[in-house]
Amino acid sequence: MVTDNPSAVMHLPLLSVEDVSKSFTIHLRGGVRLPVVANVTFDVSSGECLVLGGPSGIGKSSILRMIFGNYAVDAGRILVRDRSSGDVADLASGDPRLVLSLRRDHIGYVSQFLRAIPRVSALDVVAEPLLARGVEHKLASNRAAAMLERLNLPPALFNLPPATFSGGEKQRVNIARGFMIEYPILLLDEPTASLDETNRDVVVGMIREKLIAGTAILGIFHDIPVREAVATKIIDVAAFSTREAA
Amino acid sequence: MNSEPILSVRKLEKRYGNFIGCTDVSFDVWPGEVIAIVGESGSGKTTLLNCISTRLERSSGEIRYRLRDRRFPDLAELSEAELRFLMRTDWGFVHQNPADGLRMRVSAGANVGERLMAVGDRNYGEIRRRASDWLERVEIAASRIDDMPVSFSGGMRQRLQIARNLVTHPRLIFMDEPTGGLDVSVQARVLDLLRMLVSDLGLSVIIVTHDLGVARLLSQRIIVMKSGRIVEQGLTDRVMDDPSHPYTQLLVASILEN
Amino acid sequence: MTNPSLPAYNFAYLDEQTKRMIRRAILKAIAVPGYQVPFASRDMPMPYGWGTGGVQVTASILGPDDVLKVIDQGADDTTNAVSIRAFFAKVADVATTTRTEDATIIQTRHRIPETPLAHGQIIVYQVPIPEPLRFLEPRETETRVMHALEEYGLVHVKLYEDIAQHGHIATTYAYPVKVEGRYVMDPSPIPKFDNPKMHHSPALQLFGAGREKRIYALPPFTDVVSLDFEDHPFTVQRFDCRCALCDAQDVYMDEVITDDRGGRMFVCSDTDHCETRRSEGCQGAGLPQHCTAKAGWEAAE
Repeated sequence: MVTDNPSAVMHLPLLSVEDVSKSFTIHLRGGVRLPVVANVTFDVSSGECLVLGGPSGIGKSSILRMIFGNYAVDAGRILVRDRSSGDVADLASGDPRLVLSLRRDHIGYVSQFLRAIPRVSALDVVAEPLLARGVEHKLASNRAAAMLERLNLPPALFNLPPATFSGGEKQRVNIARGFMIEYPILLLDEPTASLDETNRDVVVGMIREKLIAGTAILGIFHDIPVREAVATKIIDVAAFSTREAA
Repeated sequence: MNSEPILSVRKLEKRYGNFIGCTDVSFDVWPGEVIAIVGESGSGKTTLLNCISTRLERSSGEIRYRLRDRRFPDLAELSEAELRFLMRTDWGFVHQNPADGLRMRVSAGANVGERLMAVGDRNYGEIRRRASDWLERVEIAASRIDDMPVSFSGGMRQRLQIARNLVTHPRLIFMDEPTGGLDVSVQARVLDLLRMLVSDLGLSVIIVTHDLGVARLLSQRIIVMKSGRIVEQGLTDRVMDDPSHPYTQLLVASILEN
Repeated sequence: MTNPSLPAYNFAYLDEQTKRMIRRAILKAIAVPGYQVPFASRDMPMPYGWGTGGVQVTASILGPDDVLKVIDQGADDTTNAVSIRAFFAKVADVATTTRTEDATIIQTRHRIPETPLAHGQIIVYQVPIPEPLRFLEPRETETRVMHALEEYGLVHVKLYEDIAQHGHIATTYAYPVKVEGRYVMDPSPIPKFDNPKMHHSPALQLFGAGREKRIYALPPFTDVVSLDFEDHPFTVQRFDCRCALCDAQDVYMDEVITDDRGGRMFVCSDTDHCETRRSEGCQGAGLPQHCTAKAGWEAAE
């Protein structure tokens, strides 16, 4: 779909999830099928922060993972709209290369846990998305350092690999990495779970800046004050869940 | 993103009499992409790698490669001279055992410089300068340039083998368990180096490994093989986090948590 | 059973069929300069390593009117040279000589005579190892493919190693050459001092390796280029001293130890050259002397 009028594009959602369902088939347990969610449908527009609500185990993280392409989708569509051209791509049915290109240009994801890479320093972990986009090494390092400073990570840690960091330190590295690039769509999976109050406020500030800049944010926040500070809309995932709430 | 694959494999089969080495293998590799081929011993992953890199003759199927002039011939159409030229310029092959990929009795500098000399470089000073640059890139002190690989540790040998392969700026690298014979700490260093070089140089890589951690760290896409066939392929993190084939689920479930 | 009507040997020892087989190999070798042609090397009445390849080539090209000269390390009077000369004098009844310009065929081990070879002469080299790539690639199947595809990077790897370890190309004999811009060839263990003599020589040059069963050749006026690097060009060793016997300069010298107190002298390696000069009245300083040839070698590199 191509729209000629860019101003019309502005009002269309950047992310549309349509009738998405997901289940796991566990072959190691005799092929038992575990349904997760069904008929998930919602839109997220520019400048909007949609929060997925509901109790643990109901499938919130699975929805984020499907939108990032990390989990396969059984049925339905995940439409990602290009902000300038208005072109729409279906990530749910896309081949790996489409998913990789959407991750590169459209969708950022801050997971709950940092997957540390041996021997790579915190600074390089954060700078990597910039380097991958051809930003010069010195400039990328400076911007990464500024981001980590804002998140109050002690500079002594910048050049150490995060494998030995505490939970909160790792999470700040993870957040810094996810916020380095101006993704049109940002997925946040409990980014503030292990942060103290000061850093929680820093993250809230960063999320607000993204919203003002027009990012479409989809997040999971168990932390009520954070949720209230950033959410523009909350949907209850229980409505889509095919499981008994845990 | 480049829209033309650099390598295209279709219906590839290798048989040893009635025994199937690999069969019905089809996939593409795009420029700058790292593909991991995983599976247990005997799954046919090394046979597949050797067929694609023409070290082993295939029984049937197509293997097309994008030459620098953009032609996309089946490798079987190339003469032996053209193939060997590809192998020492456009391709690299990193063996599990560095001794298989190095000349153990010539100096580190000559090991790195060999490919340069093979393509006609005739200036000693320049060859040495480039060899020395590459040694430093793979974290080997330039002062070791005149030492024989026999005096190197396993990790150094493997890094030397990598430098030797990359000096001609190849576009496609084949790797067969590149960290398989190394201690864990040494392995991390080699992996980190590979990861950086692959992204700095925009290399396409086909890496065979039985270690899913290695696959996860280096590759964007993964091919899971069992009994000579592809049972699952796709985005590396999706296949590992949401495996659909029973065998892949078994493999993923067998990883030690860290 | 012996038939008294038959001679004990065919002319030049080898039977005619064998000679034809070898001549065919020689013709092919001349047609493809520098290419190693396999041939069915025969057992000769001498051990491998004593020149069986050269002897078979010589036997195959020798005619009753030829005049044969045989040298070993430049000398006509060493055991190997004397034996081979006597061998052909007996089995072919050919004339022999020690004078380079009088010979039609010169069989040699390790030297090319100082007197320039002329049109119509043939020089036959005894070759121990014909394969120039063997030191780095032991597989014969692989070296043949490398020759076929002109993959000669390995030769430079060897030269690179020389420079890396010694600061200069330290290979001083069996120095690899490229023939007519195509095949890389081992010139047999002649000193690299003699390499330039092969280039555009008016004589036909034949190489025979008996144990390895290979013949190769350089037809007259063939391009023969010694391999090198741009910044480490090929050079030959020079001797600062003069021959103690004939006062010659710019020739290849042998060092002769004359006593156990450090006395030594340097003399022409080519005995014919030395004798000719002396017969013309040249005379060296005599012995003993204390020549600075060693320093001269290094200076030349």
